[in-house]
Amino acid sequence: MADQPILRCQHLTMRFGGLVALSDLDLAVTEHSIHSVIGPNGAGKTTVFNCITQNLTPSSGEVWFAGARVDGLTPDRVAKAGISRTYQNIRLFRNITALENLLVGMHLHLRSTWWGAVLHTPHTVRDERAAHEEALRLLHFVGLRGRGDMLARNLAYGEQRRLEIGRALATKPRLLLLDEPTAGMNPHETTDMMAFIERVRAHFAITILLIEHQMRVVMVMSDRVTVLDHGVKISEGPPQDVQQDPAVIEAYLGTAATRPAAGAGVV
Amino acid sequence: MARMGAVDVALWGMRIGVVLVVVVGTIGTLIKGRYTAAQWFDFVMFGLTIGSIYAQIALGYTMVYGVLRLINFAHGDIVMTGAFAGYFVAAPLDRSGFLQNHPVPGMVAILVVAIATSTTIALLTERIAYRPFRRVVGLAPLICAIGVSFFLEQTFRGAFGSAVKSYPSPEWQRASFNVIGFNVPGIDVLVIGLALLFMLVLYLVVQRTRMGKAMRAVAEDGEAAALMGIDVNKVVVFTFTLGGVMAGIAGVFYAFVYKQVYFFMGFTPGIKAFGAAVLGGIGSIPGAMLGGFFLGLVESVGPSLFLDGIGIPAPYQLRDLIAFTLLIMVLIFRPQGILGERMAKKRA
Amino acid sequence: MSGVHTPPGLAAPIHPILRRAVLTGLAFGAGAVHLTVVGVVLMLHQRWIVVGTLSLGEATLLAIAAGAGAMAAANAGTAAGARIMLGLLAGAVAAAPLAALAVLIDLVSLRAIFIALSPDLLAMLTLGLGPATGIALLIAGGAGAGLLGAALQQSPRAVIRAVLPGATAVVVAGVFQELIQLMLQQYEGVVNDVRAFLYSWEGLNPAGAITIFAVTALLGEAVGLRRRRRPAHAPPRDPRRARMMRAGIALLVLAVLPAFAGSYIGQVLMLVGLYILMGMGLNLEIGLAGLLDLGFVAFFAVGAYTTALLTTESAHALLHLSYWLAMPVAVLLSILVGVLFGLPVLGVRGDYLAVATLGLGEIVRVIVQSDFAAPLLGGAQGILEIPKPRIGPYVLGSPVALFYVTLAAAGVAAFVAWRLENSRLGRAWMALRDDEDVAQALGINLIQCKLLAYGLGAAFAGLAGSIFATMLTSVYPSSFQLLISINVLALIIVGGMGSLPGVVLGAVALIGLPELLREFGEYRYLFYGAVLIVMMRLRPEGLWPSDVRQRELHARDETLALDAGSDPLPVQPR
Ligand SMILES: Nc1ncnc2c1ncn2[C@@H]1O[C@H](COP(=O)(O)OP(=O)(O)OP(=O)(O)O)[C@@H](O)[C@H]1O
Ligand SMILES: [Mg+2]
Repeated sequence: MADQPILRCQHLTMRFGGLVALSDLDLAVTEHSIHSVIGPNGAGKTTVFNCITQNLTPSSGEVWFAGARVDGLTPDRVAKAGISRTYQNIRLFRNITALENLLVGMHLHLRSTWWGAVLHTPHTVRDERAAHEEALRLLHFVGLRGRGDMLARNLAYGEQRRLEIGRALATKPRLLLLDEPTAGMNPHETTDMMAFIERVRAHFAITILLIEHQMRVVMVMSDRVTVLDHGVKISEGPPQDVQQDPAVIEAYLGTAATRPAAGAGVV
Repeated sequence: MARMGAVDVALWGMRIGVVLVVVVGTIGTLIKGRYTAAQWFDFVMFGLTIGSIYAQIALGYTMVYGVLRLINFAHGDIVMTGAFAGYFVAAPLDRSGFLQNHPVPGMVAILVVAIATSTTIALLTERIAYRPFRRVVGLAPLICAIGVSFFLEQTFRGAFGSAVKSYPSPEWQRASFNVIGFNVPGIDVLVIGLALLFMLVLYLVVQRTRMGKAMRAVAEDGEAAALMGIDVNKVVVFTFTLGGVMAGIAGVFYAFVYKQVYFFMGFTPGIKAFGAAVLGGIGSIPGAMLGGFFLGLVESVGPSLFLDGIGIPAPYQLRDLIAFTLLIMVLIFRPQGILGERMAKKRA
Repeated sequence: MSGVHTPPGLAAPIHPILRRAVLTGLAFGAGAVHLTVVGVVLMLHQRWIVVGTLSLGEATLLAIAAGAGAMAAANAGTAAGARIMLGLLAGAVAAAPLAALAVLIDLVSLRAIFIALSPDLLAMLTLGLGPATGIALLIAGGAGAGLLGAALQQSPRAVIRAVLPGATAVVVAGVFQELIQLMLQQYEGVVNDVRAFLYSWEGLNPAGAITIFAVTALLGEAVGLRRRRRPAHAPPRDPRRARMMRAGIALLVLAVLPAFAGSYIGQVLMLVGLYILMGMGLNLEIGLAGLLDLGFVAFFAVGAYTTALLTTESAHALLHLSYWLAMPVAVLLSILVGVLFGLPVLGVRGDYLAVATLGLGEIVRVIVQSDFAAPLLGGAQGILEIPKPRIGPYVLGSPVALFYVTLAAAGVAAFVAWRLENSRLGRAWMALRDDEDVAQALGINLIQCKLLAYGLGAAFAGLAGSIFATMLTSVYPSSFQLLISINVLALIIVGGMGSLPGVVLGAVALIGLPELLREFGEYRYLFYGAVLIVMMRLRPEGLWPSDVRQRELHARDETLALDAGSDPLPVQPR
């Protein structure tokens, strides 16, 4: 823990009218770690992501990333700063192909202009060719080789999940936010996804902030876990410690009836 | 949301420009003193009259948008169908002198036929053109609605001709009262009074009846309402019925005020009333009413008050310019409207 | 209707099936009554398909009855013979509302209200035989057509393949007889003899109709057989190349046709060209970037008025530039206005953007029409005396010459659009069309992207406006109504959003055809409205959808082959 955290949220608060979805949250994510955010339904996990990427403007508080403040920037600037994300309910560009989805992700790192594209200047042609090669490599990496020309909406569920992660990786982020990447997967697929995430971290040497409902995943993968309930951080630490924390058990038992899969201590 | 610099500059330029025109124009007009108090009174009276009609049309937009999240682009044309149907009753009644001698049954007959027609057509369009898009997001439903709009206009043009027909204007409508020295046209009083009455009834229906409550529940959260056992189809039909009724009344009044009907007549008031609905906060019924009155006033008083003062010739020609500028400003600066805070958050 | 569901193969209860046929018939009948009341049928009745035998109006009504019959037969779970009888029933029912209408017209004159319900209409519906006989014939005709429709629907592919092209060819040959005859008359000898055999001076004659039907039917059959004979396992033709070829052929026809067809066709094609140009522009906005822009006509107006002011010989002139200098200025100014408008408006989302842009378009129109701007723009009288462009000493005065200018411009526009579509910018557009928030979260600058779409769209529209001004040699505010935006929108929707060949197809179908059937012009927007509704409901991707879908279908085969190779998805070692 000697490293300077790559992401730091301070006193982050988000209100929707009367509802306080996040209240005075402090969060520090160490570089190259996998940091999980867990909590019952409606705890405010996705809201944390939205506040980090500035899809929502936080009501108050600060977000620091790699030494610079990102709150108040537009989402595209945040992406440029090196944060990329996936969504709880997959949000691919459904009407373009898988490969094009990845190419859109690479938008930030391509330099061609519109007139360059019209005139096919040598620079543009080179840029595009390199981009296609890289996109193909990435396609391969996410296990979609040969499926590049499919429309994204026609891919299988698991493929869509991996493509969405691939698209996020295409922006070359330093911090990747994954919102329930194993949602709706059976145990077998979940195991594959875990291996995949591990491979992503190793291959790209990036930091991952992960929202997860399946305790098995959280316990195995995380370096550190933050637990939210009703927008408040109730516990934080290494997975084993958090698992024993009475406050966490209390929060989960309160909702255990509605979400059996998330029962605490199910490892 | 923080935006790029150029956009901010453009937005501020727009704000400042409009404020400048309004302030400088108003001062200029008042200094010139070209208009008498009686004339200002006329402008205000006309603004309230036309505003009460916009308010009724806006209700149709706001309710449908609340329930379906669809801009019923054809709503202005539903208004037109009401005006046409009313015409075919009003013209013979006027020719026979009935409308002159028995204003109340005459008006009732006209309104009933107009309402029946516009409501039927509103329900038909819902069933044929909108229902298949219930779960579709994106531009397709709106494009379909644009198609409906043109289809209705052109159907009426084909069936009844493209010429402008002049609406009857019985003598009692032209009567006017004298209130503390100001001339108050009877038609204005009639239109505003009836519009307020009908809108009150509508408000009570939406607030008090079972269907009204169901409608508000669907507008709040369609899926939750469906889970609670509310029949969404019924609610949608109910919504279009209310909208159709208001459109029929508005059509007849609009035609009586402007004394003419033609197939394209619904288009402009339709767009303006949509602006009024957004201004009041789309989904909000009191908002639509307020927005309608406000728009009517601005559009009626505005040309003389703002534009005359900066030396624009024939400012009344630019009435629509003021209305559309207001529409665009609202869409840009306050899409959630004045009373629509809650709904806007949901859209975000 | 929807509640009826009969499992196929079982002895279905008769009653619901009949009910279904009757409802189908009534729906089609309602359509027929609509077309009649609106006046379309009588208007079409003015045109012969086969002289003295069958008018276009009659054919339309028969086609509606046949459609009812085919539909009724299509999904009824009974024996083939019974289905055909259902078709007969549906056809008769489809004719019934019309018959009722005819009776009504005969009893009372409704003309004071419904202007189309004239004695002429009654005469047409009853074939001039008086009400009793006429109405019996009308229903019999409907039944017959319904029967035919059902029979055709039930018949083997080979028959359909012959009959449909045959019937289409007869309709085309009959309806466009004037043009075809004019074209053929230019030649002596065999060509003219053939013409004289097929046509009398007022149109297609019965012998000609039969000949054309037979020849086309045989041709259709032959083509179909050849297709079938191709071995099943032969590699499928590259769809992309096939499409390029088709598009190329279409362009070639467009390019060569006016040279043969004379100035009327030239004029029509010129208009089609202008709309192709505008369609390419709006297609960038709607088809690629998903920005529904209803104020598109404003840029068209800016282009036209700029050109007018810079080149006119009247008192309104600001400068006396040559057309070739004025045109780029007009385009630049359109872009400028586009950006100025776009900056504030493009933050508005989705359906609200449509209304906001509509408001902008109306504002431009109101200003142009007003006395306020009249000293500059000429008010309602517009600006006259715009010269035709010239190249050296040669004046491009004829529609055909201007058509080639338009064609060149459209070619450039198509090229630009095509290159952009497959570029970084084009992908960003498609991304923000699909999901604006996600696109932004991936680092795409929304404002910049939208402004580029808006500005480039404006450039194409401005160019079209500029050519339009010299074509008419005058500009009036009334030429720049919302209807233009709707025209362009409709043609994009019909062709297929985001599809370049679709724009051409849409422009030919929606602008060219109504222009050729001149009397149809009045009903054009009725047709457009219906087209928008029907396309959105049945075929939202358009008649000639963009490449991606085709690529996709193609890719399916490839990946299937790949999967069959038992090559598991690659798993890298940890
Ligand atoms: N845009 C919004 N507008 C209004 N309320 C919102 C919005 N986004 C989230 N909320 C509310 O904030 C609370 C927290 O939501 P959030 O989506 O962050 O929960 P979560 O922890 O991700 O839950 P889940 O496990 O279901 O994904 C919820 O009560 C939700 O209804
Ligand atoms: Mg969530």
